[in-house]
Amino acid sequence: MEESLSQDLVAHIASLARIDLDEAELLHFTEHLGKILGHAQQLEALDLDAVEPMSHPYPLNNVLRDDVPGPTIEPSDVMNQAPDVSENQFRVPPVLGESS
Amino acid sequence: MNSATDLASNVRDSRQSAQEALQDYLRVIDARENDVHAFNAIDREVAMETAATIDEMVASGRDPGPLAGVPVALKDNLCTRALATTCSSKILEGWEPPYDATVVERLRSAGAVIVGKTNLDEFAMGSSTEHSAFGPTRNPHDLTRVPGGSSGGSAAAVAAGFAPVALGSDTGGSIRQPASLCGVVGVKPTYGLVSRYGLIAFASSFDQIGPFANDVRDAALVLETIGGHDPRDSTSIPSPMMNLSETLDRGVEGMRVGIVSELLEGIDEDVTARLHEAAAALSEGGAIVDSVSVPAVEYGLTAYYLIAPAEASSNLARYDGVRYGMRSEGQDVAAMNAATRRNGFGDEVIARIMLGTFALSAGYYDAYYGKAQKVRTLTRQDFDAAYAKHDILLSPTSPSVAFEFGERSDPMTMYRCDTCTIPSNLVGDPAMSVPFGTGDHGLPVGVQVMAPQLEEQRMFQAAAFIESQQPARNES
Repeated sequence: MEESLSQDLVAHIASLARIDLDEAELLHFTEHLGKILGHAQQLEALDLDAVEPMSHPYPLNNVLRDDVPGPTIEPSDVMNQAPDVSENQFRVPPVLGESS
Repeated sequence: MNSATDLASNVRDSRQSAQEALQDYLRVIDARENDVHAFNAIDREVAMETAATIDEMVASGRDPGPLAGVPVALKDNLCTRALATTCSSKILEGWEPPYDATVVERLRSAGAVIVGKTNLDEFAMGSSTEHSAFGPTRNPHDLTRVPGGSSGGSAAAVAAGFAPVALGSDTGGSIRQPASLCGVVGVKPTYGLVSRYGLIAFASSFDQIGPFANDVRDAALVLETIGGHDPRDSTSIPSPMMNLSETLDRGVEGMRVGIVSELLEGIDEDVTARLHEAAAALSEGGAIVDSVSVPAVEYGLTAYYLIAPAEASSNLARYDGVRYGMRSEGQDVAAMNAATRRNGFGDEVIARIMLGTFALSAGYYDAYYGKAQKVRTLTRQDFDAAYAKHDILLSPTSPSVAFEFGERSDPMTMYRCDTCTIPSNLVGDPAMSVPFGTGDHGLPVGVQVMAPQLEEQRMFQAAAFIESQQPARNES
């Protein structure tokens, strides 16, 4: 945890999170996140080796329901909310670099 | 104005018209909403139609339900069919959900009248409602101060008399803290008691929907309406909703109350003074009050600000400019995603997504996210030990009364607003804030009552007693 947050690492995180940040923004978030992660050093003081992690506050089980037909949402109610649609499908820019 | 309980009772018995009641509230909105900015949208016409339907039902001898004619304001992260739901974010601006959240469905079938959608910190990330893409909400008690957050619009709406009750969501204190700062009752139920179907996800293992109200009885009425199992939420607890209203007059004789000592650190003096007065009132009422240590809560803030952003980074991956909301152009799909997310999200949301992405990333997972999850276990163990000897626990809700705009620009300073509320979210226990007198500048102070999972009855019982003992409001 002692490793400090570099601007390169923040740029890597931004690319993982798919957020386009310019140099000034990277600098801002490097400082901002550094403050929060600095505070997180507090956890170093705890001996947690024998403690089980907890991902959820309530004992979760798989929930299976009966397969009963019921009302569903109209496809048009969903598609008409999208930024770009063609023939009832979502349209996006090229995925692999070829022009459409 | 009437309480929601009285209003519903009057409407059901034809003593009051739902339409006239709604118009009374709309007049208050017209007079003060420009100053307060509690709402992102007011659904005036549909609300009037609904109220007319309620009155017609009563006239024809049918019962509209336990919330007959009660105007309700909804936090704008609750899906409402064909009514814009924005999360106070540009990225969802203009989106109209194709379905109602379960809580919205239940309110409607209980006869409630939806008046509008209330402002919040973008995607419920914040403690002041300053991080809304549509401008801040102001505290009705002092317009130069924040209402708290993230459900600041709902808290302010009830405090300003725009609606007798409202719904919010609470991930780290987002119902209780604004309730405290606005002088209203706010409840975070047991995780799983209220369906999250149709609540736009922030941190799924913490998020819970709950009510705001002017008094404990109204909060009980609303929670009874929205709570209980929902097959559409796989984390919904499969048991029927308990009765809360019947517990309110039971008093606190013999109740074992623990004041959490760690949650008195770093609290302003005026707030601490009210807490001790509330404790003294409980003692006077026959409760056995002492101090109790829950050591792990000192690490709660840190654990929360790793886990919640981690869950958020995953939940908010869906905003990619493809299926709903806005899109910024890019030459390929990855560039389009990244441009959309930069332009659509505000800085606080970006910061949390980045923090969460980091905490989950290869090489850092064990040191941050993994450790924080272990703190969660410690917190559960420490609360269990405290509840072995206590029925309820008591603390301040917020370390201070409402603060001024711009006062907490440093992230850790803002995050500390949530110190007292976060522990209950970490472990999924219920907790609520009850107004108890005023502090500095004559501003409201709230006391937090916490209880073990599914022990809402004793929590409401204690809260109702505290409310009945509260000092006369200092109007200065």
